[in-house]
Amino acid sequence: MRVLPTPGSPATGRISSRPHGYWGMVMMIATEAAVFLGLLSAYFFLRASSKEWPQGGILPPELSRISVFTVILLGSSVPMFWAEHAIRRGRVHQLRIALLISFLMGLAFVINQGIEFSTLPFKASDNAYASLFFVITGLHGLHLVIGLLMSVVVQAKAAAGWFDEDRHLTVTVFGMYWHFVDVVWIVVFSSLYLSEHIR
Amino acid sequence: MSLLFRGPNSEIVPAEVEHAWSERHGLIGFFTSVDHKRVGMRYIATSFFFFFVAGLLALVMRVQLAKPDAGVVGPEVFNQLFTMHGTTMIFLFNTPVLAGFGNYLLPLMIGARDVAFPRLNAFSYWIFLFAGIFIYISFVVGKAPDGGWFAYVPLSDKAYSPGINMDFWGLGVIFVGISTTVGAVNFVVTVFKMRAPGIAVNQLPIFVWSLVGMAFMIIFAVPVLTVAAGLLEADRLFGTAFYVPGRGGSVLLYQHLFWFWGHPEVYILFLPATGMVSAIIPVFSRQRLAGYIWVASSLVAVAFISFGVWVHHMFATGVPAAAMGVFSAASLIIVIPSGIQYFAWIGTMWEGRPRLEPPMLFALGFLVIFLLGGISGVMVSSMPFDWQATDTYFVVAHFHYVLNGAVVFPIFGALYFWLPKMTGKMLSARLGRWSFWIMLIGFNVSFFPMHILGLRGMPRRIFTYHPGLGWDWLNMVASIGGGVFGLGTGITLFNIFWSRKHGAEAGDDPWGGDTLEWATSSPPPDNNFTAVPIVSSRHPLWDQDPLPRGVSGPAPETESQGLLGAERRQTPVTAGLDALSETSSTVPVPTAVPFVLALGIAFVFVGLLVSAKLVMGIGIVAGMAGLTRWAWRTEVDRP
Repeated sequence: MRVLPTPGSPATGRISSRPHGYWGMVMMIATEAAVFLGLLSAYFFLRASSKEWPQGGILPPELSRISVFTVILLGSSVPMFWAEHAIRRGRVHQLRIALLISFLMGLAFVINQGIEFSTLPFKASDNAYASLFFVITGLHGLHLVIGLLMSVVVQAKAAAGWFDEDRHLTVTVFGMYWHFVDVVWIVVFSSLYLSEHIR
Repeated sequence: MSLLFRGPNSEIVPAEVEHAWSERHGLIGFFTSVDHKRVGMRYIATSFFFFFVAGLLALVMRVQLAKPDAGVVGPEVFNQLFTMHGTTMIFLFNTPVLAGFGNYLLPLMIGARDVAFPRLNAFSYWIFLFAGIFIYISFVVGKAPDGGWFAYVPLSDKAYSPGINMDFWGLGVIFVGISTTVGAVNFVVTVFKMRAPGIAVNQLPIFVWSLVGMAFMIIFAVPVLTVAAGLLEADRLFGTAFYVPGRGGSVLLYQHLFWFWGHPEVYILFLPATGMVSAIIPVFSRQRLAGYIWVASSLVAVAFISFGVWVHHMFATGVPAAAMGVFSAASLIIVIPSGIQYFAWIGTMWEGRPRLEPPMLFALGFLVIFLLGGISGVMVSSMPFDWQATDTYFVVAHFHYVLNGAVVFPIFGALYFWLPKMTGKMLSARLGRWSFWIMLIGFNVSFFPMHILGLRGMPRRIFTYHPGLGWDWLNMVASIGGGVFGLGTGITLFNIFWSRKHGAEAGDDPWGGDTLEWATSSPPPDNNFTAVPIVSSRHPLWDQDPLPRGVSGPAPETESQGLLGAERRQTPVTAGLDALSETSSTVPVPTAVPFVLALGIAFVFVGLLVSAKLVMGIGIVAGMAGLTRWAWRTEVDRP
């Protein structure tokens, strides 16, 4: 037996290293982002090749109410940051409160979207604009619902005492997903709501 | 700093290690395995099953087309045949078989004990299997997709394809896309984080580079196919208007979305095939690959440029001329990185002393066929020629040269090259040579006349033709060639079964290979490497003899590298471009959760297909239960 040094010393402290789950979520976010980019490309493609927009005499979406709920949804990232900050210091109680707050904020947004869907004066099958509106906002809503379900699991795990300052990858990865869904809404909101009021 | 010892290459697996990595036997073991080698073998076996089925479909078409006005099958059946042939070859053979080789070989090549997400890996196989069954149920109920493998609207709309046929296609490709995507995520993270200590990025085998390129293309391209097919299904199932011009939609939108995926997909298939060739040629030339950096850079360049050429599938649709010019130029530019690789292969053989074993023969056959396919590719990438050739047999000839010849030949070469590693038995070289020559002759006799048929104006996808158009004898020749090609592939199929019983023992390294998969037993033990190799070369088995192995140290970053880590189901995690030791991770134990989740998703798709809310509901509940169980134990996944 001959003793040799390992090529390169341990990387700890020298390279910002992330666990597998982090990179896995980065890749999932990349591919999900491509889904939304594909849909928004379809939106702008049809909008550019259409004589009137929105089509079929539909009015541009009303802004005041959705703006309030946009603030609520984007604001839900703040308690999520708090949650991640708290568990890095091992404060499980704060983590649970923060997760619950962000959950309720997301839930409020989804409920509002459900109400909005049921009161819209057009159906998804009316024309391509209506189809795009329902499918893009609906897919974002579906992502949010999945995020809420994930939140329930993460909260249950927090209550069951799975997390401490060293072991909380689930919280980190879930937080990444949550922020992603919020960021997607910025793009969707700008494209489907704000940009239609720019004349 | 940790201790290393230099030891023999063949694995000696102590009983404790064997016990830690052992899987349940029988049926339970079948549904719970998460071992990348078993998953990879299943991928390869399942996709080869689909390969031979789709090949039989093609032979039925060639029998029908051998003579003018033949009546072997009617137009409806013929439409189903070519749609299912294309769909199967792209989605159920080419993509998954490369994922299978990647799955099996990637961890071995980088000295890891498994992939980054073994459960996700098992999940991706189950999804692939269920999606394949889903698509093939259409044959059982006699309603196979019949709108062509790219399902252009308006033909594939509800108005013009009212049956359930195209729903099998639309839902099926979304379904199988899940498998492809999570597989790609797994490849990327595995290469980022799981390389054995010392495998810097400029020491990765070219095949690994090609898999990373493929995975990145999948991550950004497949979601767009999901959008294309998803909107098609929304139109078909829920009456939306994305592709309905009468209600403000656009049929061209579908083509843009489809080919935004479709052209990268060509390179998703082609890149790993070239990676296989780059693995085979150096070993059989006893010569390092010429221009390693150039080849690796070419793979990355191809992956990028492949996203900028999709409109060349749409030259005949009335896209503005300026846009077509840009895409035509990009299509010509992508020839350059492919050419660089080509000269690297020639240079490697020039410097070395080629041995004509079956894997090398298939690699050489690839070079010939790829040259012809590349030349006809340059021809169709220029608009004036494309307008003459589009939708004729010239295009059929071109894409069979690149997708059948230039992908299937490397895959067969890879089979002869790596199957001895997987089974421990050599394939018969004699049968391999017969198979190769018959395939090469059959391939060219079948597909070369199609160039001429196309130039003589024969449109693709016609179920028959009248005599006297100048197509008769060429079609007969093409059909005979198709039969010969089929015979050649059949010989290899026979060879695989023959070798299981009669093949010679392969030993660890039957070909004198240079990469790490040859540093373990054939077949490898469940834990791959009892002590992880410590690598400091691009060709570790050629330059580092004997290969240094890790020893378990006390620190978290080294405890996994030796025997102790193997006993604890650990594998090293490395960081940075130079793969410095970072920490150790535990490989998950076998579990049925991926199977349950995949089954749940299958229920959702079946429910969508037959509009059964109850079936969908069952699927959603099962899927959610599976996901919750999966997420519940992440922190403490130790045996």
